[in-house]
Amino acid sequence: MPAPDAHLTLPANPVACHECDLLQSEPRLAPGDTARCVRCGAVLARNPPDSLDRSLALTLTATVLYVIANVYPLVGLAMQGRQVEVTLIEAVQILWKGGVEPVAALVFITALLFPVLELLMFLLVLVPLRLGRMSPRLATFFRLVRSVQPWGMMEVFLLGMLVSLVKLSHLATVLLGPAFWATACLIVVLTLAARAFDTRLLWQTPDTVAGR
Amino acid sequence: MSGDYPTARQLGLMSCHVCGQLAQAPDTTNRSLRCPRCGTPMHMRKHASLSTTWALIAAAILLYVPANLMPMMVTASLLGSQEDTIMSGVVFLWQSGSWPLATVVFFASVMVPLLKIIALIYLTASAQRRSRHNLIQRTRLYRLVEFVGRWSMLDIYVITILVALVQFQGLATIQAGPAAVAFGAVVVVTMFAAMSFDPRLIWDPLSDPTPRRPDHD
Repeated sequence: MPAPDAHLTLPANPVACHECDLLQSEPRLAPGDTARCVRCGAVLARNPPDSLDRSLALTLTATVLYVIANVYPLVGLAMQGRQVEVTLIEAVQILWKGGVEPVAALVFITALLFPVLELLMFLLVLVPLRLGRMSPRLATFFRLVRSVQPWGMMEVFLLGMLVSLVKLSHLATVLLGPAFWATACLIVVLTLAARAFDTRLLWQTPDTVAGR
Repeated sequence: MSGDYPTARQLGLMSCHVCGQLAQAPDTTNRSLRCPRCGTPMHMRKHASLSTTWALIAAAILLYVPANLMPMMVTASLLGSQEDTIMSGVVFLWQSGSWPLATVVFFASVMVPLLKIIALIYLTASAQRRSRHNLIQRTRLYRLVEFVGRWSMLDIYVITILVALVQFQGLATIQAGPAAVAFGAVVVVTMFAAMSFDPRLIWDPLSDPTPRRPDHD
């Protein structure tokens, strides 16, 4: 129950839970540990080990995979001697020409544009951090990563491809292109990269970061 | 117990939603305060959270109807032309023997948007009534709504691949129907609705010094 205002005590090193607003002490975390809100259980902070190197390595891997996933054909279909293969951007173009421009735009944004924005912004944060250079601009890039993240939906896209291939499998022969496998790997690598990044690195003083 | 500590709001503090920095809220309702550490605009609570969420829920309900009643895809083949709604697509998958996928599509496309709208109505209404019940359960429900929302995009991607691949002129072609636009809009609108809801509003009544204050709608 709430204490009367006169008796409110402030915890040491206070942080507020972003989901229930309760003030609590920022816990000291061993590598690999996760801090949760004592009241509502929201994740307050994580301390991923070896954060910068791992997230940078994973993000660079993701960049290579992203290029493969967008240059090579995703899926194909062979039917009565004819064969069709499409890349992601071609699929969006066909949809656009088919008269459902809003849907084409939605697919373009969620499966193609926002994932690459997330990657680039993440690199723009990680590379200067790794080189020990802090600048206020990093916060801006990181904010962009955070606002773009919920709209990148490659994992849903992958499942959607599988569903449509099953639908087509009894009409024609289904072909999986290199981009299909690259997308599958990209989803895993990008998730791991985001998990490996310790956001607190961004808000530390320059010398603390340089000392890592 | 955890209730020993106050909330940030009780002390007039705002926390930055990007970096977590706490800052003293200005006395006036000046909304231009930026986080002293990372520069993100700060708010005590998401601005006009409940009314924005209500408006987006209403839009989602309106869009949900054409999304389910109108054709999602139009198949033209030698045998003639066929229109499929979301539901008839599920039925087709079920009858062709791939019932696991039929279940996945049914949940992602029909149940998730519907349950999400119902859950958002419950969360917004209970926060507006300043309910003090089921706080943990409601917070978990909110997290679930945020997490599953994106999976409704499934049918949009299915249609994308179908349209792109089945372009055998003279043999068979597939076009996206008007429901695809409505359905995409439902997913986007419900995602915005979940984002505009501030989960801290669930917990605010608990730290309210005068619980029996009359409600203003």
